[in-house]
Amino acid sequence: MGLSVKLKKIVNGFSLDAEWTIGNELAVLFGYSGAGKSLTLQMIAGLISPDHGFIHLNERTFFDSVSGKNLPPQERSCGYVFQDLALFPHMTIRENILYGAHGLSKVYREQQAANMLKKFRITGLENKYPSEISGGQKQRVALARALIRKPDALLLDEPFSALDNPLRAEMQNFLKEIRREFPIPIVFVTHDILEAYSLADKIIIYANGSVAQSGTPKEVFTKPASREVEQLVNTRERLLQSMELLPCIGKY
Amino acid sequence: MDDSLLFSLKLSVQVATVATVFVVIVGLSAAYLLSRKNFSGKELLDILLTLPLVLPPTVTGYYLIVLFGRNGLLGRYLYAWTGWSIMFTWYAAVLASVVVALPLMVKTARAAIESVDENLIRASYTLGHSEYWTALKVILPLARKGIIAGAILSFARAMGEFGATLMVAGNIPGRTNTMPLAIYSAASSGDRSQATIMVIVFTLFSGFFLYFANKLSRRVL
Repeated sequence: MGLSVKLKKIVNGFSLDAEWTIGNELAVLFGYSGAGKSLTLQMIAGLISPDHGFIHLNERTFFDSVSGKNLPPQERSCGYVFQDLALFPHMTIRENILYGAHGLSKVYREQQAANMLKKFRITGLENKYPSEISGGQKQRVALARALIRKPDALLLDEPFSALDNPLRAEMQNFLKEIRREFPIPIVFVTHDILEAYSLADKIIIYANGSVAQSGTPKEVFTKPASREVEQLVNTRERLLQSMELLPCIGKY
Repeated sequence: MDDSLLFSLKLSVQVATVATVFVVIVGLSAAYLLSRKNFSGKELLDILLTLPLVLPPTVTGYYLIVLFGRNGLLGRYLYAWTGWSIMFTWYAAVLASVVVALPLMVKTARAAIESVDENLIRASYTLGHSEYWTALKVILPLARKGIIAGAILSFARAMGEFGATLMVAGNIPGRTNTMPLAIYSAASSGDRSQATIMVIVFTLFSGFFLYFANKLSRRVL
């Protein structure tokens, strides 16, 4: 059970070569921008095809370069939250969420939509358009839309990167809260180490298109496998360093 | 207004309306293919669909004769099979209008389809919706501004169509003489008063059409 991938892809001179397995847990893909994290998500969702490798989710094969199998995104049942959220601007909040309920019976859809509105605290906004609600509310709508048909995995591409810090913390708590109800593999992409630390069951560190280290946050922080990982995760030290620099800046 | 004037005006509106229906169906499909698909011959299709915009209408008309004339490349089979030829019927006027108006629809609709945010389309796919459903529910509604503009331009172009129509439909009074053709006949035969009346009627009609088209697009957008 779980999500298991081995991906090789060369795009525009950038080469990705990553392999990892996760269970029904929240895995954070962490690394600098351009390390191949988003590309990984897009390949899992079927939006881009790898050159080589495989993608397995709970005994289902999404992609396998040996057998030539490559399911279209429609058949993969992966909830996907885009960095820009990709809410449909011409649909109301209710229509946006219902649009995600593809394949459910009509009665059940309505019931599920009502459930999701309540669970995601967006009741009262049903008839508004995405342009009329706040950033945090949009996040919750995007999550509700991705989760309404109970997908087999949830993929989140830096969903909170546009939020300011207090709202960001609130959304992180919200995600922790709702994930208990969805025991599925969740892959969360971020380049914010604090976010990674606060959310992850497992951190997978990407550097230059490959996996530099993976493990629990504690493992990764206390025993970085390489100098590179150490530099990536060592925020506390970096924070202290920058604080030490402050008086100097004041002096000159 | 005399009967012949009324006939020409009615015929023009009829031809332009039917032509616009075809232009929207064909143009929208072509615009979708050109903007979202990769296939061999794409460049060629694009050029073919744009050519009538650049060519003089007489040249476009000549090609239509070569293709659809009684002895034409396609027309001869139609004639052998049914004993009917499209030439010098009002259907020919529709055909001419479709071909000359198509580039306007394709260009405008294509730009509108290409301006739809790719992530919205991808989101629709990851939510389990087919390409067809996504086109219907996401792409077309978001591209509606350009599609409506394209349809309005096409209707206007079809209303004003003269050259290609003259080549393929002729200028048969009471049968294929659309308003622009009737105006040409009146003016060239020295019937100034008839020409003046028709020109005024046509201008007024076009003015009203643009007024309602603007109103419609403001309401939809």
